[in-house]
Amino acid sequence: MTQQGVRWTADQVLALAPDAASRKAGSKLGAAGPWSEAGSSDEGTVWGLCKGSGSKPYQTVVDIADASGPAYKCSCPSRKFPCKHALGLLLLWAGGDAAVPTGEAPEWAGQWIAGRRKRTEEKRAADSSGSPSGSADPEAARRRAERRAERVTAGAVELEQRLTDLLRAGLATAEQSGYGLWEETAARMVDAQAQGLAGRVRELGAIPSTGPGWPVRLLEECALLHLLGQGWLRRERLPEALAATVRSRIGLPASADGPPVRDRWLVLAQYDTADTRLTTRRIWLYGADSDRTVLLLSYGAAGRAPELALPVGLALEAEVSAYPGAGRLRVALGEQFAPPAPTAIRPQGMTTSQAAARYGDALRDDPWLESVPVTLGRVVPSPDGDSWQLADADEDAALPLTPSARSRPGLWRLVALSGGAPVRVFGECGHQGFTPLTAWPEGPGDAIALC
Amino acid sequence: MNRTSAPVDAPATGAWEGLVTTALLGTDRRTPPGTGPGPEAPVALLDAAAPGTGPGPEAPVALLDAAAVETVRRRAGLRPARAAERPRPAPEDPRPPLPPAAARRLALLLADRPGASGGGRRGTAPDLTELLPQWLAAANARGFAPPPQVLPALLDAARGRTDLRPTVLEFAGSRALWLARLNPDWRFALRSTPGGGAALPHLEDDDGVRQLWQEGLFAERVALLSALRSRDPAAARDLLATTWATERAEDRLMFLDSLRTGLGPDDEPFLEQALADRSRNVRATAAELLSALPGSALAARMAVRAEACVAIDHTQATQAAGGTEPSGATVATPTIAVEAPHECDPAMERDGVVAKAPAGRGERSWWFGQLVEAAPLGTWSRRLGGRTPREIVALPVTDDWQGELHAAWCRAAVRQRDAEWSRALLGEPSAPEAGGPGAVSLAERAKLLGTLDAAERAEWVAGFIATHGLSEAFQLLGVCAVPWAPPLGRAVVDALNIARDAGSYPWSFSGVMGLAERCLDPSEAGRLDALLAVPDEPENASPGAGGYWAEAFQRLVTTLRLRAAMAEELNTS
Repeated sequence: MTQQGVRWTADQVLALAPDAASRKAGSKLGAAGPWSEAGSSDEGTVWGLCKGSGSKPYQTVVDIADASGPAYKCSCPSRKFPCKHALGLLLLWAGGDAAVPTGEAPEWAGQWIAGRRKRTEEKRAADSSGSPSGSADPEAARRRAERRAERVTAGAVELEQRLTDLLRAGLATAEQSGYGLWEETAARMVDAQAQGLAGRVRELGAIPSTGPGWPVRLLEECALLHLLGQGWLRRERLPEALAATVRSRIGLPASADGPPVRDRWLVLAQYDTADTRLTTRRIWLYGADSDRTVLLLSYGAAGRAPELALPVGLALEAEVSAYPGAGRLRVALGEQFAPPAPTAIRPQGMTTSQAAARYGDALRDDPWLESVPVTLGRVVPSPDGDSWQLADADEDAALPLTPSARSRPGLWRLVALSGGAPVRVFGECGHQGFTPLTAWPEGPGDAIALC
Repeated sequence: MNRTSAPVDAPATGAWEGLVTTALLGTDRRTPPGTGPGPEAPVALLDAAAPGTGPGPEAPVALLDAAAVETVRRRAGLRPARAAERPRPAPEDPRPPLPPAAARRLALLLADRPGASGGGRRGTAPDLTELLPQWLAAANARGFAPPPQVLPALLDAARGRTDLRPTVLEFAGSRALWLARLNPDWRFALRSTPGGGAALPHLEDDDGVRQLWQEGLFAERVALLSALRSRDPAAARDLLATTWATERAEDRLMFLDSLRTGLGPDDEPFLEQALADRSRNVRATAAELLSALPGSALAARMAVRAEACVAIDHTQATQAAGGTEPSGATVATPTIAVEAPHECDPAMERDGVVAKAPAGRGERSWWFGQLVEAAPLGTWSRRLGGRTPREIVALPVTDDWQGELHAAWCRAAVRQRDAEWSRALLGEPSAPEAGGPGAVSLAERAKLLGTLDAAERAEWVAGFIATHGLSEAFQLLGVCAVPWAPPLGRAVVDALNIARDAGSYPWSFSGVMGLAERCLDPSEAGRLDALLAVPDEPENASPGAGGYWAEAFQRLVTTLRLRAAMAEELNTS
C-alpha cells in the first residue's frame, strides 16, 4: 500500500458529496482554519479534529485505502454521508495543505481503522471459506423462484393486455389519459415483482409530454416492452444468453457468477442518476490488458451517495466478475490488489462509423440496449445548428450528441479541451446519439471528466 | 441520430410510418399495413426458430410485433451523419502550462463560488472567492497558460463579476475568445476584448494599420490607437491627425482621451489646435491634457493668470492679532493674499476654463480654482519668494481662501503627478486631522498618495494608522501596493490588536480585515500567532467579542498561509 504519493484532486473529493449543499459546506471546511491535529498516514488514513459550534471538536476519520471507496467516521450528528467534515478534511488533504502532515494516527482514529480492517478481513475470510450465502435449502429456494416466476408471468400477461388495449384504441388516447394510467400499471408490475417492467412502464407515461415526435417514441417503447413481455413468456425457447438478458431486463436478481478477470482497470467515468427512491451510480472501467469496457453499478437510498466511489483517471488492479446476460457488460468488483493510482493507460479509440456499428451489433444480443460504451479515437466537437456533434477527424462522418448531453456543462469542458483539434472521447453511443463522459487531449494529458 | 441518418432501406421507412399512423389511430380504426391476421409476423427477433405459434395474433399484437422488429431494425441500422463544418482550430497558446499543484489550486478556487456569501462572513475559513483575483494576477505575472478544461469555469466566474474580467481574459488567453464565439453566455468576453478578439494588424505594418484605422469599427479603432500610442506616441498622434477633421464629436473625445498615455511636449501643437474644436468637451479635454504639460503655452498662459490672483502680503499680522491694525509689538507674518478673477474672458474660455459655475458656488472662486489647477506648480516657488512647496503650504491664507487654494493645488499635484507638492499637501501623517491641510479630504489624500512611490506611500499610511487608527484608513489602504510593505503591515496588525483590546466587535473592522487578508504579506503570518487565542474578556468589552476576534484572526492567518502556498505553487515550475 504505497499510497502516500497519490493525493486526490478536489474534483474527486467533491464527487463524493451526497448533494450540492454538502458540497458547498464541505468546500467551506476545506481550509486549515477549523482543523487541528489533522494528519494522514501512509496506510491511507486521514484524520483531524474539526471545530464546530459546540465546545468539543468533532473527530473525523476517513479511510481511503479501500479500493471499494472511502469509509468515513465522524462524531458529528449529521445524517449526511459523508458529512461536510469528512469532505472538508479530504479537500484539505487533497489541497496538499501543510495542515495535514504525514504521521502516526492518534488513538481514536487508529481504533476505528483497526476495527474496520478487522471486519473487512473477517468478511473476506467468510466469503472465501465458501459457505454459499442465502438459503441452505435448495428445494425451498427453487419453490420460491417458481412462485416468483409465476407472479412475473401473471404481470407480463396483464401488461400485454394493457398494451393491446392501448394499440386497439390508438396512441392518441395516451395523451389524454395521462400519467395516472401508467402509474397504476407500474404499480401492478411492482406487485408482480417485475421491477424492470415497472420502470419501463413508468417511463412510457412521460413520453407524451416530451415534445414533437412523441408518437414515434411511444410506439418504439411500447413495442420493446411488448418484446420483453413476449421474451419472458417464451423464455424456455430462447438461447441461454438471451434468456438471461430477458431475466435481468425484467428485474430478476442474478449474481455475478462469471469467472473473475484480473486486469489493470482504468476508471473511465463515474456518474449518478437519481429518481425519487434511488440514486444509481454507474462506473465504467476499462481493462488495459483485456481491452474490455465493463460497468459497475452501485446504489444508494435517495439523498445518499452510493458507497462505491472510484476517482476518474486512476487505475486499480482488481478482479471483476460478469453478471449473466448478453454482452456481459455489468460486473461486480471482486478482490482488489492495489488501490487506485495514476496511470498513462488510455482506452483504444475507434471511428464514429465503427461506434455506430458496435451499437448495431450489440442490439443483436440485447435488443433493449439504449447505448454501448465506446471510445472515439480522433473526433472534433463541432457545432451543428442548435446542437453539437463529434466529427471524425479523418472521415466525413459524425455522431450527434444526445439532447441531454447538449445542456451539460461537461460539453463546454470538452469543447475547450479540443479547441478545434481532435480529442479522444469515451462515452455512451446509442440510438439517441452520443453522450460524452470523459476526454483526453491528443497529446499527453490527464483524463478530463465531463459528467 | 434519427434526425440525420438515413435508415438502411427506404421501403422500411414507409412501413414504419404506416405502423406509427395505425398505432396513433388504433387498430380498431385502421388495419396494420402488411400484417393481415396470420402467422407471417412473428416476434421474429425472439423466435425465428419457432414458427407457428398457435393461432394468428390479433391485430394489436401483430402491430406490436411488427413495430418491435422495425424499431430494432431502425436502431441497428443507424449510421453516422455527415459531418457539419468543423470549427476553425483555436490559436496555439505559447505560454507554458500551469504547474500541476497550481492547476489544482485554481480548480479549488473556482469550485468555491458561493454566489452570495450569505449572512456575513464569519467563521475561520478563508474566503476563496476573494483570493481568485490575486491568484489570477500572480499567474498572469508569471505568464502561465490555463489548462483548457477550466476555461468554461473561468468564463462563468468572469461573467458574474465584471471586476474579474480583465484579469480572467488575460489569463484565459486566445482560446477563451475562440470558445466565447461558440457560446452566447460568454459574449461579454468578445465585447471586453477590443476588436471582438480580432487580432490587431502588426503595428509595423503601416498599410494594415491605416486600413483598419480607416475602415474599422469604433472599438477596433480605439484599440488600434491605444496599442499604437503605447508603442510609438508620435505615430499614433499622426494617425489620428489624418482623419481628425472628419470624426464625430464623441469619437474625437474618445480618441483624444487615448493620448493621455505617453503624453509629451510633442503633442502640444496638436492639442493646441484641438482647443479650437467645435465640441466643448473636446476643448476641455485638450486643455486638461495641455495643463499636464508644464512647458506648454497653455500652462504658461494659465500660470500668468493664476499668478495675478495670488500674492504674498507682508503687511498682514498673524492670525492671533485678528486683523486689527498691526501694532509695533506684533511681527508681520508673510501671508498669501488671494484676489480672484473678476471675469472669465473668451481667452480663458478657449483655454478650457468653464465659465458657468455649478449651483451654489461663487463664480469668482470657481474660475480661480480652475486657473490654479491648470497652472504649473513650478510657478508658485517663483511667485512666492522662492519658497519650497512645504513652506508655501504652511503659509496662512487670507479671507478663508485656504480651502479653495489648497484644493486646487491638490488637483494640480495629482494631474501633474508632482511628488514634492503631494508630499507637502499631505503633510505629516501623524498630524492631528484638524491640523493637516484642511481642504484635503480622504479621497484627495488617496489620490495624492498615488503620485508617491510605493514605499513612501506605505510609510505615510502606516504613520497615519499609528496616529489615527483604522476607522479612516480604508480608502488610504486601498491605494497601497500589495503585498503591504512591512511597516504598513505592522501598523495594521497593531491597530487591529488595539481595537480588539478596546473591546469592540471585529465586524466593525470587517473592511480592513478583508483587505488585510488579501494584502498583508504572507510572511507576517508568524507574527499573528499570539493573537489566535481567545483572550480573557476585559470588563468593559462587548460580550463574546474575544472569541469573535480570535476567529477573525484565525481566518486572517489561514488566509495568509493559503496565499503563501498559492504563491509557492506558482513559483515551482
